[in-house]
Amino acid sequence: MTSLNNASAAAADAIAEEGLIGDPVPLWKQTWKRLLRKRSGQVGLIIIGLLLLIAITAPVIAPYDPNDVLIGTEHVKRREAPCVHLLGCDINRPQHIMGIDGNSRDTFSRVLYGTRVSLMIGLVTVTTALVSGVLLGAIAGFFGGIADNIIMRIMDVILGFPSLLLAIAIVAVLGPGIVNALLAISIVSMPAYARVTRASVLSVKTLDFVSATRALGGSPARILFRRVLPNALTPIVVLATLGIATAILDAAGLSFLGLGAQPPMPEWGTMLGTEKDQVFSAPHLVFFPGIAIMLTVLGFNLLGDGLRDALDPRLNT
Amino acid sequence: MLGYAAKRVLVSIPVIFGILIVTFSLARMIPGDPCKAMLGDKVSAETCQAFVERHGLNKPLISQFFVYVEDIAHGNFGDSIRFSRPVTQIIVERLPMTAELAMLALIVATVVGVGLGIIAARKQNSATDVGTMVLANVGISMPVFWLGLMLAYLFGVILRGTPLWLPPSGRLSAGMASVPFYEVWHWQVVADTTQARFLAFLSNFYVLNALITGNWPLFWDALRHMVLPVIALSTIPMAVIARMTRSSLLDVLGRDYIRTARAKGVLDRDVVRKHALGNAMLPVVTILGLQMGALLSGAVLTETVFGLAGVGRMLVEAIFARDYPVVQAFTVMIAVSYVVINLLVDLSYSYLDPRIRPQ
Repeated sequence: MTSLNNASAAAADAIAEEGLIGDPVPLWKQTWKRLLRKRSGQVGLIIIGLLLLIAITAPVIAPYDPNDVLIGTEHVKRREAPCVHLLGCDINRPQHIMGIDGNSRDTFSRVLYGTRVSLMIGLVTVTTALVSGVLLGAIAGFFGGIADNIIMRIMDVILGFPSLLLAIAIVAVLGPGIVNALLAISIVSMPAYARVTRASVLSVKTLDFVSATRALGGSPARILFRRVLPNALTPIVVLATLGIATAILDAAGLSFLGLGAQPPMPEWGTMLGTEKDQVFSAPHLVFFPGIAIMLTVLGFNLLGDGLRDALDPRLNT
Repeated sequence: MLGYAAKRVLVSIPVIFGILIVTFSLARMIPGDPCKAMLGDKVSAETCQAFVERHGLNKPLISQFFVYVEDIAHGNFGDSIRFSRPVTQIIVERLPMTAELAMLALIVATVVGVGLGIIAARKQNSATDVGTMVLANVGISMPVFWLGLMLAYLFGVILRGTPLWLPPSGRLSAGMASVPFYEVWHWQVVADTTQARFLAFLSNFYVLNALITGNWPLFWDALRHMVLPVIALSTIPMAVIARMTRSSLLDVLGRDYIRTARAKGVLDRDVVRKHALGNAMLPVVTILGLQMGALLSGAVLTETVFGLAGVGRMLVEAIFARDYPVVQAFTVMIAVSYVVINLLVDLSYSYLDPRIRPQ
């Protein structure tokens, strides 16, 4: 009997916690709580938190300026292997925990500053793709007809290309460079947002609460932004988080090929690309930037997975 | 079924048309004189005039577009500026390399990915399951080019001198040459015919060519050169497939008919193999087509890392050499094959799952 009571008490607690009894708990608070309960959410948040910290404090924690050529100021050789005092490197030699690159710069400082570049790339591309994709999708779903057909067929064509390939083709025409690479990646990731938004708009635009707003004289913009789009928020948030991961990976790929960020910008893909032929003699110059890309992408992928689970209404207990 | 297939094919046509419009417009958006862009800077005024006439560059854009489509339909992609020869010839030489790499990677990714997914799902929440899924998450986040470089360093340098050593670049070892099968079999081939080009195309699949001519040392050498690129290229699709297989199989294993099968005493092994797997594979088939996009994009990076002369590397080199006919032709070719592959996947899907066939 006691165990039964305990069980029902626990169930009641769980229900109360999810906001089904008592005061309603805001969706974001619930999501946050569920996110923190998931392992993928925890790890993702920790990784991204650390990266943000590094990006903000880069000038303080980086031992050198990322573009400082150290030949002449210090006794170092080009592409010198890492020297870590704690691991037995001679205490009299300057410490470079990730070694020296092909232009005699401190790789560690460059990797730290690279965090800023990569996070910026992820945020800028996803914001551009999201805003344009959501607007196009909303227009297509809301107005239907010719607008819908034209917009969605264009999106189909963009999806007809393998994404990185279309980005490469766009950069080939616009010319290599970080801005063009960001533009290209934004264009290729736009259709996903347009499709999701259009689908949610179509599913709610005939519902009573939307008609009610229309009956009360709400403008189309108000209906769209206050009534329709909030319903599309959940899939878009998940998509955007995973989209940051893809954008960072694709941008690194473009930069690796020499089509994205140009030297001397401390971008991880560019760092890898310029030293790729030296991998047999100086593997540290390839190893560390690659690990940095992988950790960043992993962080956003895990957070995206965690958010998807946390926001999934079917998993509500 | 036929009606559905016809409808699905019809739906792809506007997309292919759209792809042509995009590549056509991209070529027209190149800054500067289109004649110089397509024929190189050293071109003479007469050649330029002929080129303008030939492509209708003095006519409206719409008729230029139809000339473009007509040329492509005839397999005419123009001449490469850098090599001064037809792009079609270059495609014949370079495409087999990329196709071989992508196909091997797809096979490895599917077999290993599905296998790992099944193991993880059958032992849900065990250490094996958690380990596999952690690996899959890392695999999805891995930059292909970095993995390739690290594999080349590990197997090419650190393991040098051990039996595990693998060649870190190229398609064949120095001193090895691939002899086309039609020469081995003394076929009479007239040079510069469609037949000759097709045979040359087939013989450029080195692994296949060595296999059918029974040249085992060559087969072994070509295969060994493919190991590292295939591992690098297959990692991301493999991780995606493993995750998909696991979640789909877990979903199916929770259904009532599986409980019924277990209740009547079917062995656990047979429950998975005979009852669950067929249904669980359906979503996996859908993502296979999408993964081809990752493979084709990844091939560009993998070929650059391993110094393989495929279409991907050619495309990047062409961009830097401003060899626009090559860029245009390769983009069209890769995009159209992607659409066709996805079409085939969709058709096979409707064959595998009668429920989505229209009655």
